[in-house]
Amino acid sequence: MEKLKNNYIVQAWLVLLLTLCFGSSLAGVQILLSPKIEANKINETRQKIPGLILDKAALERLEKEGGSLEIKPKTIRVTKNNRIVFYKVFQAIENGKVSGWVVKSSGQGYADKIELLIGLNPSLNKILGLFVLEQKETPGLGNKITKWQFRKQFILKSTNMPLVASKTGATSPNEIDAITGATISSRSICSIINTAVKEIRASLKENPINLKPMK
Amino acid sequence: MAKDPTPLERFIQGIIPENPVYRQLLGLCPTLAVTNNMKAAMTMAGAVAFVLLGANILTSLIRNLLKPHLRIVIFTLTIATFVTIVDRFLAAYMYTMSKSLGPYIPLIIVNCIIIARCEVCASKQSVVTAGADAMGQSLGFGLALASIAAVREILGTGMFFGLRILPLSWPDWVIMVLPPGAFFTLGLLLGAVNLIESYREKGRNKG
Repeated sequence: MEKLKNNYIVQAWLVLLLTLCFGSSLAGVQILLSPKIEANKINETRQKIPGLILDKAALERLEKEGGSLEIKPKTIRVTKNNRIVFYKVFQAIENGKVSGWVVKSSGQGYADKIELLIGLNPSLNKILGLFVLEQKETPGLGNKITKWQFRKQFILKSTNMPLVASKTGATSPNEIDAITGATISSRSICSIINTAVKEIRASLKENPINLKPMK
Repeated sequence: MAKDPTPLERFIQGIIPENPVYRQLLGLCPTLAVTNNMKAAMTMAGAVAFVLLGANILTSLIRNLLKPHLRIVIFTLTIATFVTIVDRFLAAYMYTMSKSLGPYIPLIIVNCIIIARCEVCASKQSVVTAGADAMGQSLGFGLALASIAAVREILGTGMFFGLRILPLSWPDWVIMVLPPGAFFTLGLLLGAVNLIESYREKGRNKG
């Protein structure tokens, strides 16, 4: 009897019981709320897509005509340093014709990972829009990458030449004005775009079957 | 041994006399990290209040079953459960806020205010006292966050709760929104609280 009382498991009966109760109630919370959380995430991305591909006039026209962009989520298989990675892309289709792509891509920023949505034209050689989904750059400096003032520079830039962030003011067409005090954040954005465009193009050229509908 | 504090005493003590931030210097991580605007600070205060109330009441209910060497495990388990509920709730209903608070909601699990209240009050006193204690302490924590966030948001952005209150000509003191601003504000406010306290002490001694 005394031995049983000193047994670890018997002593911990309350811990075990509570674990069970808490575990099951958390599972309940998860089942109840996870559809809503998932929907929030998808919504956030989807809402941004039309604005990344269409300009203001086209957006207004679309709204007036009551039409909407059909958005098809897809994945693109890319081989990177002998590893296979998948890009999430959204194909925007208007009246049966591809009107652009939105590519989700991420890379290292100054503080942490930066996640971007890049809007590209159907032939992937022009940037149509840019949105920063996630960043933890320095408030007041690096986080200006989310501002329209910075992002608008990328619009209609050609992707045939790699983009470069210039500290002294952009002079050539593939240059972007870097944010004062946040050169590294500005460079990160350029390099994320350059890498994504390069890899996606290479992958589609190599084998169009690399593009698959998302399961 | 002195008599245990009553529910009312517990409630009042938490607000100013034993304020978790200014007098106990607990929970300083969220105090420094999420006080650059009022909205985030108040969401944090609400989340902590819910967790503290839940953990205190539950701990108080099972206080006679606790074994001394297993009590901390049980406190942590209880706190983690309530924090997870808050975290999921924010992600479902306040998505942008949950994104901007980032890791600081899960970090409530290691917030010392809550574990201290479980240890000091809830594991020894009745449910009513534990509940009153939780409310007092959360109010105190909320007030502390509000005082720091108000200073930082107003000086740093000229706004209060996202509404402009200083003229546009106000040169935003960006440093107040950055981490150093948190340390400056907390340090100065703590100093002020201590100064007031020392004057009151002197007054009491004379009287």
